Amino acid sequence: MAHDLPIFFAIAMAFGVTMYVISDGFDLGIGILFLLAPAETDRDLMMNSVAPIWDGNETWLVFGGTLLIGAFPVAYATVLPAFYLPLALMLFGLIFRGVAFEYRFRATAGRRVWDWAFSGGSALAAFTQGLVLGSYIDGIIVRNGVFVGATHGVLTGFTVVTGLGLLAGYALLGATWLVMKTGGATQAFGRKAAGPSLALSLIFLLVISVWTPIDHPFVARRWFGAPQIYYLWVPPVLSVAAAYGIWRSLHGEREALPFLLSIVLFLLALLGLGITLWPYAVPYSVTFWQASSSPPTQEFLAVGTVIIVPIILAYLAYAHRVFRGKTQAGTGYGG
Amino acid sequence: MNPGAVLLSRVQFAFTIGFHILWPAYTIGVSGFIVLLNILWLRTGRAVYHDLLRFWIHLFALGFAMGVVTGVVISYEIGMNWGGYAAAVSNVIGPFFTYEVMTAFFLEAGFIGIMLFGMDRVGQGMHFVSCVMVALGALVSAFWILAANSWMQTPAGFTFADGKFQIASWWSAIFNPSFPYRFAHMVTAAYIAGDFVVIGVMGFYLWRGRHLEIAKTGFSLAMWIALILTPLQIFLGDAHGRNTLQYQPIKVAAMEGDWDTKRGQPLVVFAWPDMAAQRNQYELAIPKLGSLILTHSWDGLVEGLKAVPPADQPPVPYVFYAFRLMVGIGVVIFLIALAGLVLRLLRRLYDTRPFAALCAFSSPLPFLAILCGWTVTEVGRQPYVVYGYLRTADAVSPLKPSAVATSLALFLIVYSALLLAFFWYATRIVLHGPEIEHPAEHPLAVRPGKDSAPAGQPAD
Ligand code: HDD
Ligand code: HEM
Ligand code: HEM
Repeated sequence: MAHDLPIFFAIAMAFGVTMYVISDGFDLGIGILFLLAPAETDRDLMMNSVAPIWDGNETWLVFGGTLLIGAFPVAYATVLPAFYLPLALMLFGLIFRGVAFEYRFRATAGRRVWDWAFSGGSALAAFTQGLVLGSYIDGIIVRNGVFVGATHGVLTGFTVVTGLGLLAGYALLGATWLVMKTGGATQAFGRKAAGPSLALSLIFLLVISVWTPIDHPFVARRWFGAPQIYYLWVPPVLSVAAAYGIWRSLHGEREALPFLLSIVLFLLALLGLGITLWPYAVPYSVTFWQASSSPPTQEFLAVGTVIIVPIILAYLAYAHRVFRGKTQAGTGYGG
Repeated sequence: MNPGAVLLSRVQFAFTIGFHILWPAYTIGVSGFIVLLNILWLRTGRAVYHDLLRFWIHLFALGFAMGVVTGVVISYEIGMNWGGYAAAVSNVIGPFFTYEVMTAFFLEAGFIGIMLFGMDRVGQGMHFVSCVMVALGALVSAFWILAANSWMQTPAGFTFADGKFQIASWWSAIFNPSFPYRFAHMVTAAYIAGDFVVIGVMGFYLWRGRHLEIAKTGFSLAMWIALILTPLQIFLGDAHGRNTLQYQPIKVAAMEGDWDTKRGQPLVVFAWPDMAAQRNQYELAIPKLGSLILTHSWDGLVEGLKAVPPADQPPVPYVFYAFRLMVGIGVVIFLIALAGLVLRLLRRLYDTRPFAALCAFSSPLPFLAILCGWTVTEVGRQPYVVYGYLRTADAVSPLKPSAVATSLALFLIVYSALLLAFFWYATRIVLHGPEIEHPAEHPLAVRPGKDSAPAGQPAD
């Protein structure tokens, strides 16, 4: 039992990260595309399409962070200091975009400032998350349970690629969200933005997939060793299929399909990441077992997690239902 | 560990959490008031309650966003700056933070959208439920976070070995000795803070002679609440202090400015506590009163700071002055509430303009008291993070001072700008005033745009 709890929490962690990346992904993606939108009315509509749910989306980030301190404190205490500056910048990005929801619609003269705060903050948060992801894949050196250094530092060619990759990926989620949730000119803008976002996402994903095994023998062995090689070709192939599906459905009748397939694309990428890094909580030095809090602590936390998370999912689903359908002008803020 | 990094991390943490705590206090307080308005509206159907409700939801939303963005910062900062602390304590209080997210933050986040934008979509009942959920989430959040903080003050239900805490009893760890007092005192502080925001805004309208119908109703309600809560808070503060005397006597000695352990301790009204000389300069004291207040007996034994070596004493002047300021404010706001009662009995509550003007400027006081109270609590705990067990210097992450200095500078700039923006837009909402509707005198579904349209914007 005690031995299985780290696995349970690794799955819970993966779930939290996935929920975050997807839900805040489209939310940040809308921010990334914000300044490119053709007109003020489109920007109003874009923001209103996420205004009632952005807080819930971002809460998954807090969930991830606090699940780490509860279940994997060693990882929490080493990974967070290791990424001090990118994480601090991410927080500033989230601050700017978060308050912009409230302040933009109240501003008259200062509206432009909040446009920039929303868009710049979203892009900064996305890019720095990509930096953290990249240097996480790169690995963190830990000695005596204390972080000593990131293998290559946080700002390298590789991490810049992961940063840009996440930026493009979130933009794809945001654009396809607009296709699903809006109509008229805003929807047309979503369609237009989705193509380049998709292309860039795929290019960066490819670069990352080639670069990682070259730099990391551990990853190369994991990917190309037997027997994994017999099934590890499946996610990439499915990703290509999903990307093709997005491309085909973008101008079609089923307006939710591009968004759903973009989620599939993200799920596959995250699955690949999980397979690659397992069993490390801190690559490539601390496993989930080594990072765990003590068994009684994990037991106490597991009980609540099993009971409460389904309830959370239920009322979040309800909140989404309340705001289902196309976002109309004149609902939400402003109008 | 690098002393520069320790100091910078402490300053940054104190600044960011001190900034954060203002917003939960605001949202706990204002959401409570909103729930009350909602109940009054549903029960009486009077349009004035509905107008007040919509007005306060606008003002609530503005502060809510600030609470969220500054709170996310702290949950990451604990790991980023206080890695040693996180590694040592998380077997015990780590899950408290996770439970806070699962039981409180999601609740707020899930229903805030409906509260702000959903009036027309869900109907009256469900909208009321959403307001209650948001207010409840704010309270539950305070429950967990104060359990964690109180455990750091009066640790219980654990074992300690090799620099790490292990859990022995969840019940004792959560309901540790200072928790009930801290929770009651802090939650009351938050309701007082929200209430004085209402008193401030409504007092402003009375003073300027605007929106009188709404202002009278809101002001009267808020003054009744103040009359109940301010004396309650003084009572709770006294109880909290006596609990602290039992578990953290040195903190109380710093609050009181008592250096020597003795019976019949005087009450130091004013002094400059001189840590180098280990005594008070310029002391003005009332004999024996200190013992009476703390122990409820003229000859009660009260420990002094010199009971521990100077290295184990907290920075006394901060604790000493912050405590006096907090208590002073507690008395002042109680007097305001009393004056309100007297004027009400004289039937002059709404037309005594100097009083209305005083009230208009009283809103910051409880917030200041909250910051002072936390200074007493946290600085008084020094040099420990976990009282008696883990020292602050061992709690910090191995960071470069330059990295922390950079983030600290950015926090100072960004938070100042945020505060200015908040006051700017809040002032505009207040100056614009509530939108008055005089429809049928019964609750009805509220129209979109109208209710969510910000001040100064065309509604439809
Ligand atoms: C509206 C705000 C407010 C007001 C009017 C008061 N307090 Fe307070 N006080 C707080 C808000 C607060 C607080 C911010 O909520 C603190 C910080 C930590 C805590 O639990 O409550 C606090 C802490 C705090 C402590 C520190 C206990 C510890 O940490 O060990 C004591 C002894 C008191 N208070 C006592 C009082 C007394 C005797 C008051 C009478 C006038 C008073 N407070 C008014
Ligand atoms: C559960 C809630 C809280 C936790 C976990 C917490 C934790 C900490 C930690 C780890 C430190 C740094 C170490 C130290 O200097 O003692 C600290 C310091 C401090 N905290 Fe808290 N704190 C909490 C609540 C608050 C709140 C709400 C305030 C509001 C103002 C506050 C004010 C401070 C201050 C002023 C310091 C600096 C004390 C000093 O360095 O001398 N804390 N706290
Ligand atoms: C006594 C100290 C504290 C109290 C009473 C408190 C209470 C609250 C409340 C009521 C909220 C909701 C805010 C709002 O709606 O405006 C909130 C937000 C938040 N707090 Fe604090 N807090 C305290 C200190 C802390 C600490 C130490 C942490 C770090 C673990 C923290 C993390 C957060 C986060 C992450 C949010 C945003 C939640 C969201 O996304 O909705 N808070 N806090």
